[in-house]
Amino acid sequence: MAQALNRAMRDAMAADPAVHVMGEDVGTLGGVFRITDGLAKEFGEDRCTDTPLAEAGILGTAVGMAMYGLRPVVEMQFDAFAYPAFEQLVSHVARMRNRTRGAMPLPITIRVPYGGGIGGVEHHSDSSEAYYTATPGLHVVTPATVEDAYGLLRAAIASDDPVVFMEPKRLYWSKADWNPEAPAGVPGIGKALVRRAGTGATLITYGPSLPVCLEAAEAAREEGWDLEVLDLRSLVPLDEEAVVASVRRTGRAVVVHEANGFGGPGAEIAARIQEKCFHHLEAPVLRVTGFDIPYPPPMLEKHHLPGVDRILDTVARLQWED
Amino acid sequence: MTVQELPGAGASHRSTPPPAWRPRTDAAPLLPDPEPYRVLGTPAAEKLDADLMRRCHAELVRGRRYNAQATALTRQGRLAVYPSTVGQEACEIAAALVLQEQDWLFPSYRDTLAAVARGLDPVQALTLLRGDWHTGYDPREHRIAPLSTPLATQLPHAVGLAHAARLRGDDVVALAMVGDGGTSEGDFHEALNFAAVWKAPVVFLVQNNGFAISVPLSKQTAAPTLAHKAVGYGMPGRLVDGNDIAAVHEVLSEAVRRARSGGGPTLVEAVTYRIEAHTNADDATRYRGDAEVEAWKAHDPVALLERELTARGILDEQAVQAARDAAEEMAADLRERMNADPVLNPMDIFAHVYAEQTGRLREQADMLRAELDAEEQS
Ligand SMILES: Cc1ncc(C[n+]2csc(CCOP(=O)(O)OP(=O)(O)O)c2C)c(N)n1
Repeated sequence: MAQALNRAMRDAMAADPAVHVMGEDVGTLGGVFRITDGLAKEFGEDRCTDTPLAEAGILGTAVGMAMYGLRPVVEMQFDAFAYPAFEQLVSHVARMRNRTRGAMPLPITIRVPYGGGIGGVEHHSDSSEAYYTATPGLHVVTPATVEDAYGLLRAAIASDDPVVFMEPKRLYWSKADWNPEAPAGVPGIGKALVRRAGTGATLITYGPSLPVCLEAAEAAREEGWDLEVLDLRSLVPLDEEAVVASVRRTGRAVVVHEANGFGGPGAEIAARIQEKCFHHLEAPVLRVTGFDIPYPPPMLEKHHLPGVDRILDTVARLQWED
Repeated sequence: MTVQELPGAGASHRSTPPPAWRPRTDAAPLLPDPEPYRVLGTPAAEKLDADLMRRCHAELVRGRRYNAQATALTRQGRLAVYPSTVGQEACEIAAALVLQEQDWLFPSYRDTLAAVARGLDPVQALTLLRGDWHTGYDPREHRIAPLSTPLATQLPHAVGLAHAARLRGDDVVALAMVGDGGTSEGDFHEALNFAAVWKAPVVFLVQNNGFAISVPLSKQTAAPTLAHKAVGYGMPGRLVDGNDIAAVHEVLSEAVRRARSGGGPTLVEAVTYRIEAHTNADDATRYRGDAEVEAWKAHDPVALLERELTARGILDEQAVQAARDAAEEMAADLRERMNADPVLNPMDIFAHVYAEQTGRLREQADMLRAELDAEEQS
């Protein structure tokens, strides 16, 4: 996935001289995860810039650059280090189009490596997507596959609106048959995808929880459960059509994500399903999420993260055989 | 191995640090003079540019009248709030006049007058305060960023824009305005640091008007002056009498010239005073006495210039009257146009959230439209 993200930025920079990559250590080092590897060398330090260590400053200067017609792609080094930039994000990035009545859109991509499962110390594993989805004016997308990492990042950079691009860092090193010389097309923002068709219930998920859900769906087969797995890919806008279509087909839904349950994206999705699929539901919509705790220390994170067993137990609570 | 056995030990206790460690020793030129720079009433006034000063005078008179009119509009309920710049007009106007057409102004919420002096229609400049829309103009058309309500957050924008312009090879300078209280915010620090590291063509103008709402400068900072902060970032700091428009104009012009020629950013602290309360919602008697206000009124920017120019024969009674007439005309026009009720379309609130409306917003817009239709029918 790291390679696909890198390729997406390279191709975007080659295609449009307005695209600028900036952040901490993104230049010479290529980023702490090497996602920007080689970009400074290929495009020069003016196009891929090591900034001072200041998240509000990085995003704040990106706002000014976008005001002047550039398309900044900003890297926040880790999920929990993006918080100093929140004021800029909420007070300016998200609302510049609105406050200027469309005269000044800000095409900024904010890349945020997020989520746990890599044994990171404190402040390196937060799932912070709910903060972003709660802010009108931002798009929030997250790839779960290598193809999507490429396609969604190209779409984010091409978007005339600010996009928070959540990168599941646990999947950075996931390998897949992906041909970097012929990258797949751009799915666009706001389109969910059925990753596994099924009839018994829908697992609705995104980002790092997708592989877990697919694994759970395989395991469920042995118990005679045929699960559908829907990958949202975009939280804002939410592909409600795809959610509704799938849940109406299966009659049961479980939302799975790593972020805390309270006020998390799953709460919103569950509410939407009750509103739009009430008569099709055979069971209440359930959620499997991270606990409502500060992210636990790495030696305990396996108890916090939604795993296959917890998903299967929850699916069992849908009372298969009435 | 003990310490004594380390290579190089023994001969001397002193060791020269490696070169990368060495501090820069050229800090002195970055430091501000301890006295605010002044022109009016000093021998430097001999060299005043008569045309420029007449223009400054007309703008000051207009600015004073604008402040009075806008304040009156708050009393009539036409403006939700107006942060007055009475006493600070010299800073507001000099900031606008030193910029060329292609340059950008980044005002704070208090700086409507600077935007108007730059040529913005006063009604468009006041939409934020009237409440009909957040920004009543196209920032790109006027090269004036939206008036920023969160303090100091517009400063990094100015740096980014100036940096982008320089990358493109364009001759553009950004001038960003902030209050004394705003200098305590993290964004002030980050903006100055970025600007200095990137050598961005930016001028930071701090209007030190004595107070952040009720909090005096002495509780805001322990720095000798706000201009002193510049040296920590590696840019020059300049201290100027903010009520002396000739001095502010000169210091800002020099900073703009420096930025334009690739010399990087400058921090200018203009020492001035907020004559009126923070806004009409504030009670200034709770935190300051009349004597202080009266002393500053004796150092009024309009009177200072008028006195100097009249004494030097640059300005006569006729010109003063002409400036007042023009200001009166502006005020009458502003009054008239602000007294008309703005026509608002409630559906506008959904219009510019995203380039393409999301399904969720379409649903919510439908809901409001139905409510409006029902209202109309009843
Ligand atoms: C980030 C932020 N915090 C608090 C406020 C509320 N507030 C508005 S004006 C003000 C005082 C500003 O003082 P100063 O920067 O000196 O500017 P002045 O009003 O004197 O021009 C405060 C605290 C705000 N607008 N933004």
